[in-house]
Amino acid sequence: MDFTLILFIVLAAVAVLTAIGMLVSRNAVYAALFLVLNFATVAIFYLMLGAPFIAMAQVTVYAGAIMVLFLFVIMLLGAEKLPKGGVLPWQRPLAIGLAAVLLAEAGYLLFQRIQMTTELAGPGLEVNSVEAVRTLGLALFNQYLLPFEVTSVLLLVAMIGAIVLTKKEKGEA
Amino acid sequence: MTFALIIEWLIKGFVLVLVLLGGFAYLTLYERKALARIQSRIGPNRAGPWGILQPIADAIKLIFKEELIPARADKLLFILAPVVTLVPALVITAVVPWGTEVMMFGRKVTLYIADINVGVLYIMSVASIAVYGVVLAGWSSNNKYAMMGGLRSSAQMISYEIALGLSFIAAIMLAGSMRMLDIVEAQRNLWFVLLQPVGTAIFLIATLAEVNRPPFDMPEAEQELTAGYHTEYSGMKFALLFMAEYDKMIAISAIGATLFFGGFRGPFVDMYPWLGPVYMLLKLVILLFGMIWVRATWPRIRYDRLMAFGWKVMLPLALAIVFVTAAGIILAEQVNPLFLWSIPIVSLLAGFTAIMMLYRTLRRKEYARA
Repeated sequence: MDFTLILFIVLAAVAVLTAIGMLVSRNAVYAALFLVLNFATVAIFYLMLGAPFIAMAQVTVYAGAIMVLFLFVIMLLGAEKLPKGGVLPWQRPLAIGLAAVLLAEAGYLLFQRIQMTTELAGPGLEVNSVEAVRTLGLALFNQYLLPFEVTSVLLLVAMIGAIVLTKKEKGEA
Repeated sequence: MTFALIIEWLIKGFVLVLVLLGGFAYLTLYERKALARIQSRIGPNRAGPWGILQPIADAIKLIFKEELIPARADKLLFILAPVVTLVPALVITAVVPWGTEVMMFGRKVTLYIADINVGVLYIMSVASIAVYGVVLAGWSSNNKYAMMGGLRSSAQMISYEIALGLSFIAAIMLAGSMRMLDIVEAQRNLWFVLLQPVGTAIFLIATLAEVNRPPFDMPEAEQELTAGYHTEYSGMKFALLFMAEYDKMIAISAIGATLFFGGFRGPFVDMYPWLGPVYMLLKLVILLFGMIWVRATWPRIRYDRLMAFGWKVMLPLALAIVFVTAAGIILAEQVNPLFLWSIPIVSLLAGFTAIMMLYRTLRRKEYARA
């Protein structure tokens, strides 16, 4: 058994355990911290696949920015402790049903893949080189320029929307 | 990957941590001495000659102090928080190069730990998770002042990270690479502080806010929050939080020196590689003195002003700087290399405009009150 495989198994176990921990913990702060750990393990998966840029972006954006905001809101509202019993009574059966459907779907695809016995396409050679960041940047700003700009406009719209929503009306103050 | 290489990495990592720990101890003494001189005092001078044993005396005092854990605190996170604060402060310096290569015990040893092609992004990501320790320390203490300190710190660090990241982008664009060694190499003839003075200023201001140094030390403003997020901490756990703050100062100065002040480059480094760490240390001491000087001179600013400054002045100015840098590089490549000098000129104009607008707004508020 080679080293990468052992590393993968350990990381996968950590990823699954943190995901379960996030679901079952009754304290919202702990749930958020489990999610941060989960994001960190996913970032290490990206590193193992030879994509350092995406790994670092994952840590910066998800673990560093979004989850800090989550924690900020949880702490600001003092909503750490979840009440016993759900607020929405129909939520749990519905969630279980949908999860079963998703699991069946994923399982079907997985077993189909095994029967096909084809190799998954590995990452291109240029991804693993020192030039990876340059390649990514060139692809992003040449080939995918329009989607990139559309995404940035979308984010800008969301930001302006948030500002407008929190702004006081004139004369209200 | 040979066994010797692993041993070399272990030794280098160990030395770096030792340097940071020793640096923390003597940075406290340096700060107290410098503050004392600025305020016409003598400063610590009892323990050893010129007080050089003072940090050791402080450490002994903190080790033997009683550890208190508040009864209704969240014990696990309360103990974990100082560790979570300290680790990013230590690991962030792994990508900072202290020199090129030296011969040591008959083998070539590089004077950096990790040479990764996303070095600057690594710094950004470690800096972004550094906030967790402070936030968790504030929340787990179960104390309203600590909680307010943690909340303030998370809001403040997220806000100033944006301006910080944009100032990084200015340096990345000028070097054309995210590798720290390439960035140092690109400054062989010209430091980026001369090409992008306003970007450097934004970096220095944003880092003050990132490491919670005065005048941006809102998370621990003692008049309002007693001691902010570390109100409930004592003994060694307090020492860890304290150490994290000073190690962050060292780390951020090292990063600033690398990105904008030529890193380990200086006269004769190519001939004598051992001069690299010496130059780096020299630049560190000067940048750290700047931080101490700011602390001695500036009063703490109000919290709403801090946020308004971050979002309404720093962010637009940093965006303008990124645009000016990009435009200057393209013009220099396509038209005439002399256009490279339009970057500092237009940036300084933009910075001057920002300061004038700030001044006008503040003056108008002054009139409105009178």
